[in-house]
Amino acid sequence: MAVSPSTMAAVRQSGAIPNAEFLLAAEGIRKEFPGVVALDDVSFRLKRGTVHALMGENGAGKSTLMKILAGIYRPDSGEVRLKGVGIRLQSPLDALENGIAMIHQELNLMPFMTVAENIWIRREPKTRFGFIDHGAMRRMTQDLLDRLNIAIDPEIEVRHLSVASRQMVEIAKAVSYNSDVLIMDEPTSALTEKEVAHLFTIIRDLRAQGIGIVYITHKMNELFEIADEFSVFRDGKYIGTHASSDVTRDDIIRMMVGREITQMFPKEEVPIGEVVLSVKDLTLANVFRDVSFDVRAGEILGVAGLVGSGRSNVAETLFGVTPASSGTIELFGKPVDITSPTVAIKNCMAFLTEDRKDTGCLLILNVLENMQIAVLQDRFVKGGFVQEGAIESTCEDMARRLRVKTPNLDERVENLSGGNQQKVLIGRWLLTDPRILILDEPTRGIDVGAKAEIHRLVTEMARNGVAVIMISSEMPEVLGMSDRIMVMHEGRVTGFLDRDEATQIKVMELAAQ
Amino acid sequence: MNSKAAEAAAPLATRQRRRRVPPELSIFLVLVGIALVYEILGWIFIGQSFLMNGQRLTIMILQVSVIGIIAVGVTQVIITGGIDLSSGSVVGMTAMIAASLAQSSTWPRALYPSLTDLPFIIPIGVGLLIGLLAGFINGQLIARTKIPPFIATLGMMVSARGISKWYTKGQPVSGLTDQFNFIGTGIWPVIVFLVVALIFHIALRYTRYGKFTYAIGANVQAARVSGINIEAHLIKVYAIAGLLAGLAGVVTAARAQTAQAGMGVMYELDAIAAAVIGGTSLTGGIGRITGTVIGTVILGVMTSGFTFLRVDAYYQEIVKGLIIVTAVVIDVYRQKKRTKH
Repeated sequence: MAVSPSTMAAVRQSGAIPNAEFLLAAEGIRKEFPGVVALDDVSFRLKRGTVHALMGENGAGKSTLMKILAGIYRPDSGEVRLKGVGIRLQSPLDALENGIAMIHQELNLMPFMTVAENIWIRREPKTRFGFIDHGAMRRMTQDLLDRLNIAIDPEIEVRHLSVASRQMVEIAKAVSYNSDVLIMDEPTSALTEKEVAHLFTIIRDLRAQGIGIVYITHKMNELFEIADEFSVFRDGKYIGTHASSDVTRDDIIRMMVGREITQMFPKEEVPIGEVVLSVKDLTLANVFRDVSFDVRAGEILGVAGLVGSGRSNVAETLFGVTPASSGTIELFGKPVDITSPTVAIKNCMAFLTEDRKDTGCLLILNVLENMQIAVLQDRFVKGGFVQEGAIESTCEDMARRLRVKTPNLDERVENLSGGNQQKVLIGRWLLTDPRILILDEPTRGIDVGAKAEIHRLVTEMARNGVAVIMISSEMPEVLGMSDRIMVMHEGRVTGFLDRDEATQIKVMELAAQ
Repeated sequence: MNSKAAEAAAPLATRQRRRRVPPELSIFLVLVGIALVYEILGWIFIGQSFLMNGQRLTIMILQVSVIGIIAVGVTQVIITGGIDLSSGSVVGMTAMIAASLAQSSTWPRALYPSLTDLPFIIPIGVGLLIGLLAGFINGQLIARTKIPPFIATLGMMVSARGISKWYTKGQPVSGLTDQFNFIGTGIWPVIVFLVVALIFHIALRYTRYGKFTYAIGANVQAARVSGINIEAHLIKVYAIAGLLAGLAGVVTAARAQTAQAGMGVMYELDAIAAAVIGGTSLTGGIGRITGTVIGTVILGVMTSGFTFLRVDAYYQEIVKGLIIVTAVVIDVYRQKKRTKH
C-alpha cells in the first residue's frame, strides 16, 4: 500500500496508525546510477527510541540509502514504510512533513539569517496583519532550545556560530517539525571532543523521547558509545544488522571488508629504483599534518583512508594546488618549493584529480584540446604557435594506445563515457612524460573493462620507472596494485603496510582507528 | 565482422573524416536571410535594391568597423568566461588623449601648443598604450583581487569616462593633422578591423595563447591543474582587449577628425552583442572570431537596413534589443540540447 504524502499527514495527525513494530522500514531497495548499482536489494529497519548506526566503506551505499529515506532520491524499486504505512516521498520537504529529518554533513542553514528565522522558515508565526511575529518566533525558539538544553541566542545570525552550534540549530529545527526520524550524516566530523559529548547528550534525550535516530559514522568508538544497533553495507548490498553490545570491533571490520578479491590485477614485480620523491612533515593547516613518506622509481605507493582522512588534500598539496603550510618536498634529492601546478609540472609531476568533471575535463572542448593542454606548457609549441600536425598525430597515437573509444579527436569530451573521459585525462598526463604520477581515485565510477585497462596502464608506467602514488577507496585496488600502502586517518598517517603483510583488515584497522 | 568489433579494432577514424560543418555557417545564413528580407522589402516599399548599392554596403561596414575592432577583444574576454564593460569608455579616453597629441600647429587652440605637428605615430602609439594600460589594470584587478570581471570593468568604464571628460574639461579636441586623420579616411577603418580580426583569428586557433584561452573558459579549475598560470593569462587577455579598445579610439578620432568626451558611449554593449550574435557563449569556452565578424556585419546590416527602409530610429533600437536577446536564447537552447547526451 502506498498513500500520498498529504493523506499520510492527515493519518498521522489523527493518530490512527497502529503501533507498528518498526518506526521506519525500507525493504528491497534498489537504486541505479548510470553505470553503477548503488543499492541492490537493500533492507533497513529502525526501531522507535533507538540509535541505529550505518557502517560501511566509502561507496558501500550508506549515503544513497539515507538520501532515499530523506526524500532526496527516489528508489528504482522497493518500498519505504513509515510506522507500517508505505510512503512515496517526493522531496526532502515531503520527508520533513512526514516526520523524517536529515542533518547533512554540509549544513544547510542560511548564514545571514538568525537562528529563529532559520528554524521557522516557511512556518513563521504571523501577526493579525500577516507580518512575521518576531516576538512569538523568538519565544518559540527559546522554548525549543531550552527543551533541548541548547544555549544559543535565538536572535544571533547563524554565520556567527561555530560548526557545532550550527549543528545544534539543525537538530532543533528537525525537532521543531516533530520529527519521528532523525538522520545524521557523520555529525561529529567537525566537532571537538567536548562538543561531541554535548551532542551525544542531546541524542540520548531524543532517543528517550521515542525518536528513532539513524547515525552514519566512520568512527568505531562512537558506534559503541551511542548506537544501540548497527547495520553494515558493502558494495551496495545489505550485510546484516546487530546490536552493538553483541559484537567486537573486529567483527564489524570483518563485516565491512569481508569480500573476496575477485578482480584480476596485472601487478608485476618491477625493479624498484632510487627515491624520487621524499616528503617530510608536510602540513596543511587544519587539514593534515606531519605527513612523511618516500616513493621510489617503479614503486606504486597506495594511499588508503576513509573519506575525510586528508588523502586527496595531500595529493593537492604535493601538486601545488594548495601549497603546504610547512614541511619539505624533495624531488630527486633536491628540495623544491611547489607553489603551483605549473611548478609541479616543470618538475615532472602529473596529477590525475579525483573529480573528473570539476577539476579534470574541459567538458565542452574536444578530445584533442583536452589531451594536449598540459603538454603545451613546454612542448609542441614554436614561437607561440602550436605545431598542429605533430600534436595531433601524437594525441592520435596516445588515444589508440589507451584505447579511447571516440569517433575522432574532434568529439566533445562530454559525449564520452566516464571510462573514456578518464583515459583522455590519463593521456593528457602521459604526454608530459612524468616521473611522478599521482592518481586520485583513478577508477572511480567507471566500468570494469576500463578499470582493468587503467590498471594495466599504471603497471606499465611503473615498469617504465615512474614513481606512482595511487589514492583509492577501493580496497581490492589498493591491495592488488600497491607495493606499499600508506594509511591515513583524520589528517595523519597512521601506518605503512608492505605488499605481503597488507590485508583488508589491517588497512581498515589503521583507517578506522 | 559486426559493428562492435569494428569499433574495437579501429577506435579512431582517420583524419580525413574530421571535417565538419563550421559553426559559423548557421549565423552566416542568418546574415544572408536578414539581407534578403531587406532586399525584398526594399523592392516592395522603396522600389530599389538594398544590396546592389556599393556605396551603401561600404558605409554599412564602415559604421561597424570600430565596433568590430572592440568586439575582437571582447570575444576573447568572453571566451575566458569574463566580460569587459569598459571598452566604450576606453574608446572615449584614448580618442581624447590621442587627438590631443595629433593637433596641427595651424589650429589656434591646441591643447599642448608646444606638442603640435608630431609625427602621426606618436598619438597612435600613445593611444594604444593608454588602452593597453586600461586593459592591464582590468586584468590585474580580476586576476589578483578575484573580484568579478563585471565589477572590475564597470569601475574602469566609469573612471575612464571620467578621465575623458576631465582631460579637457569637456571641450572637444579638434584641428588634427591630415597625417593622423588618414587612418580614418576611406575604407581604412575596415582594413584595420579585418587585419585585427585575422590576427586574433590566427592567435585563437593556432597558438598556445588561444588554446589556453579556451581551456580557462571551459573549466578554470582543470586549466589550473593542467599547469596554466591563470592569473598571467587573464591579464594578457584583458590587456589585449584594452589595446584593441585603444586602437578603436584612435580610429574613431581619426574618422571624426576630432575627439569628444562622449565618444564610444554604449560601444561596449554593441561589441558584446556582436560577439554573442556570432556564437560566443557567455558561459565561456566557446566562440570564434569569424563568428564575431559575422555578428558585427549583422549589426551593420540591421542598422543600415532600417535606415534604408526609413524605419524610425526608436523602432531600430527596439528590434536590435530583441535580436540580441534572441541570439542568447538560441545559445542557451543549444547548450541545453548538448548536455542532454
